[in-house]
Amino acid sequence: MPDAPSQQAPREVLGPDDVARALTRIAHEILERNHGPSGLLLLGIPRRGVPLAQRLGRRLIDIEPSLAGAAGEGATSTADATAGLAELVGSLDITLHRDDLRRHPARPPSPTQVPPSGVDDRVVVLVDDVLSSGRTVRAALDALSDLGRPRAVRLAVLVDRGHRELPIRADHVGKNLPTSTAERVAVLLAETDGRDAVVIETVDPPAERPGATTLGGAS
Amino acid sequence: MRHLLSAGDLSAAQAIEVLDVAEQMAATSGRQINKLPALRGRTVVNLFYEDSTRTRLSFEAAAKRLSADVITFSAKGSSVSKGESLKDTALTLAAIGADAVVMRHPASGAAHRLATAGWIDAGVLNAGDGTHEHPTQALLDAMTLRRSLAGTTGDLAGMRVVIVGDVLHSRVARSNVLLLHTLGAHVTLVAPPTLLPVGVSAWPCEVRTDLDAALAGDDGPVDAVMVLRVQLERMEASFFPSAREYTRRYGVDATRLAGLPAHAVLLHPGPMNRGLEISAEAADGPRSRIVEQVANGVSTRMAALYLMLAGSETP
Amino acid sequence: MTALVLHDVAPLGGDRADLVVLDGSIDALLPAHGADESVLAGLRRNHERVTEIDGAGHVALPGLVDLHTHLREPGREDAETVQSGSRAAALGGFTAVHAMANTEPVADTAGVVEQVWRLGREAGWTEVRPVGAVTLGLEGRQLAELGAMADSVAGVRVFSDDGRCVDDALVMRRALEYVKAFDGVIAQHSQEPRLTDGAQMHEGDVSSVLGLRGWPAVAEEAIIARDMLLADHVGSRLHVCHVSTAGSVELIRWGKQRGVAVTAEVTPHHLLLDHESVRGYDPLFKVNPPLRTARDVEALRGGVADGTIDIIATDHAPHPVEAKEGEWVTAAMGMTGLETALSVAVHALVAPGHLDWAGLARVMSSAPAHIGRLRGQGQPLQVGSRANLVLLDPAAVTVVDPARHASRGRNSPFAGMELPGAVSATVLGGHPVVQGGALATPRPPTPEADGAGSLR
Repeated sequence: MPDAPSQQAPREVLGPDDVARALTRIAHEILERNHGPSGLLLLGIPRRGVPLAQRLGRRLIDIEPSLAGAAGEGATSTADATAGLAELVGSLDITLHRDDLRRHPARPPSPTQVPPSGVDDRVVVLVDDVLSSGRTVRAALDALSDLGRPRAVRLAVLVDRGHRELPIRADHVGKNLPTSTAERVAVLLAETDGRDAVVIETVDPPAERPGATTLGGAS
Repeated sequence: MRHLLSAGDLSAAQAIEVLDVAEQMAATSGRQINKLPALRGRTVVNLFYEDSTRTRLSFEAAAKRLSADVITFSAKGSSVSKGESLKDTALTLAAIGADAVVMRHPASGAAHRLATAGWIDAGVLNAGDGTHEHPTQALLDAMTLRRSLAGTTGDLAGMRVVIVGDVLHSRVARSNVLLLHTLGAHVTLVAPPTLLPVGVSAWPCEVRTDLDAALAGDDGPVDAVMVLRVQLERMEASFFPSAREYTRRYGVDATRLAGLPAHAVLLHPGPMNRGLEISAEAADGPRSRIVEQVANGVSTRMAALYLMLAGSETP
Repeated sequence: MTALVLHDVAPLGGDRADLVVLDGSIDALLPAHGADESVLAGLRRNHERVTEIDGAGHVALPGLVDLHTHLREPGREDAETVQSGSRAAALGGFTAVHAMANTEPVADTAGVVEQVWRLGREAGWTEVRPVGAVTLGLEGRQLAELGAMADSVAGVRVFSDDGRCVDDALVMRRALEYVKAFDGVIAQHSQEPRLTDGAQMHEGDVSSVLGLRGWPAVAEEAIIARDMLLADHVGSRLHVCHVSTAGSVELIRWGKQRGVAVTAEVTPHHLLLDHESVRGYDPLFKVNPPLRTARDVEALRGGVADGTIDIIATDHAPHPVEAKEGEWVTAAMGMTGLETALSVAVHALVAPGHLDWAGLARVMSSAPAHIGRLRGQGQPLQVGSRANLVLLDPAAVTVVDPARHASRGRNSPFAGMELPGAVSATVLGGHPVVQGGALATPRPPTPEADGAGSLR
């Protein structure tokens, strides 16, 4: 975390193994809640929700090999797994649906990638790293409704740190982390940050911090 | 990005940001609901002192797709020397709460004036000013070139682009030379010497007067040809002797395109004079990206408006 | 009968002296502090009023003479009047200005020039010398009644269609010939009209980028070359208005070497500004001829330094605010200059060492007075000379603020610039019209005809 301007050394609350266990548990919960793999679509919210959704997708395929390959004929080749993942996992950018666009420097939107089969009548699981105010999720619900009409929408987050400002709750939570507003929760992932961890740092005064704080993490 | 007045105002990073955002905007166009809430509650005024249906519609579509309130003020026919002054119009727009003004004007520098004279706080987007610039045209051309030529990297560095036509009177040429240079492409301007401005040698491009020599690509194969509109009135002002001679020397047709590399594409900002600066066969041929240019225009203008207006209240 | 004493001034920047002015002329030039109490007491005995001005630290110059001023009256009193322009002239140190003919109606008859002349006399802030139009209505076709204007009480000697070029070679030849009869001079606005149709700024790299139609240097130079050859051929005097290009300087140098009776002027703005100023499209920088390149500015300064360019003339061109705040192409051309000319000249010519104070007096006073055949102006600072004077504080620094100018025009391109030198006093025919850097009182009209009347 060379870019962390925090006053105090960041405190690691989850390590790589904790993150992995949490994701595995969430994957099982998703299948359980859905009574199987039917109709599932995981949409990660950039930036760190996207690799999290990918990891969840791979775990789902591991648990339910039928999710790999359209034919679903037992043996899961690598190619099948990749194709299956593309049908199971996507990304949903919320930049243009944010309610604070005026008050922050304009940021470029990230790609939204939805499988060709679309979102209609799917069970969409929104995936993000941190749930806080709920505004990101609200924006994601808006963005999702522009894409089509899912049968149901659920929410999976790695960390729920509280401080909700909207009537929104997560269906699947990796770890509840009660924090003070002066603290900042950062999720680090190997794909984006070189390692897996969840850290808490005290920032005084609270300020926008580029790098480890994601769009999702900020909300 | 407070205003967008000249393509030369954009750094390479800023230009690439606009183009990247434009790609994201383009990706939303196929959705069931392709209206985005990004500029909800913002007012965009289209202030058009010149008749340009294409550009006006493109900006209207862009602003509406971003959920902005759009007011179109067409001052068409009201010559600039008559009627309300630019200042009074600006004060009116300020009073009605315009957040951005998209202006097309026959006078070079008019957008610059609106942005800097202190009459109005709104962002100003130059949608073509006289024979000066048309920066969003250059951006949409760059987007088209990226999509056609640059693969997944989106990098136009080293690309060779030939721009042929009435450079002297072309705001499209000025903006394209500046933007393509910023993006690292090599531009060669081709025109009869009468239609090249005195002082063009100071521009960041090459200048030639022989189209066939330019297309031969002595310095490297040509990746794109951009044809500029030529107005027949120029003939009367002795810029060239006749339409036929112009077409023979500077018109782009299938024969001239045949010698280009297979991947090379053809652009025209429109509206075209088929048979004068471009042949129908060329315009409708496989290299033509002219229809894509129009579609990319909406995405580019969405990106420009978004980047101008989102975050405009940042403290 | 009044007396005026200027204490402790430096005539032409030289040794300090006291100047005693009686009845409108310099009566004595005493060593500094020579005008002591006994001298003053003597003056008070014989004169109903004795005015004293403390000129310590000031340079005294002969009153400035502008050969090129637009006073706009009659016709465009919203832009300037003879009254307001005269006040501006006085504040700028000018004791005479030549009012250009492009008024509405055009000053192409004795009636109009006499009206302007009378308005100037009544105003009393500076000597207003009307310029007569060369052709009727400035249309370049038929000569105006040049002789009638010369013979009028206005005594016109300078004729110009300024704003337009006398582009017809035959009309120009006839005009040059005709004014010889009364020692007149044609002041040509050198602009080939076809090459400058719709021109907006200097044609060069900046115009190419800004997309503004170019005004090529050759359009000025071609006319200057032609006119010098014509003047040479018919043995007439030619004056070239507002020279703006290096090529023009070179041509005029050539003409003078050849013996052509050519004189030339340059404006303060062409000595200081170049076409880079246009990049912001602010119409304050729109002028005709246009601002040229930095290289041209250097050549023009060099031309003044070596005498190729004879004089500085302001081309003071006031415009109402609305004419200067719209789009560049619809804005009016021209800049005010009367109240900034001296400071700009000090900045552009004296400070860099191109001219000393005597040289400045030559290019802004004696030479323009001579070209305009103006008696009583531009005379040396010596006993017997008419007391047309200006006192300049060379150490003062002025930030140009057009809102404070006496001219109705607010269109100064120097707005906000810090310029050296400030006019403290202007003396017109022995009467201080400016004192302490502010307008004092106009000179009361005198019963005897000066100016034009004295020419006959």
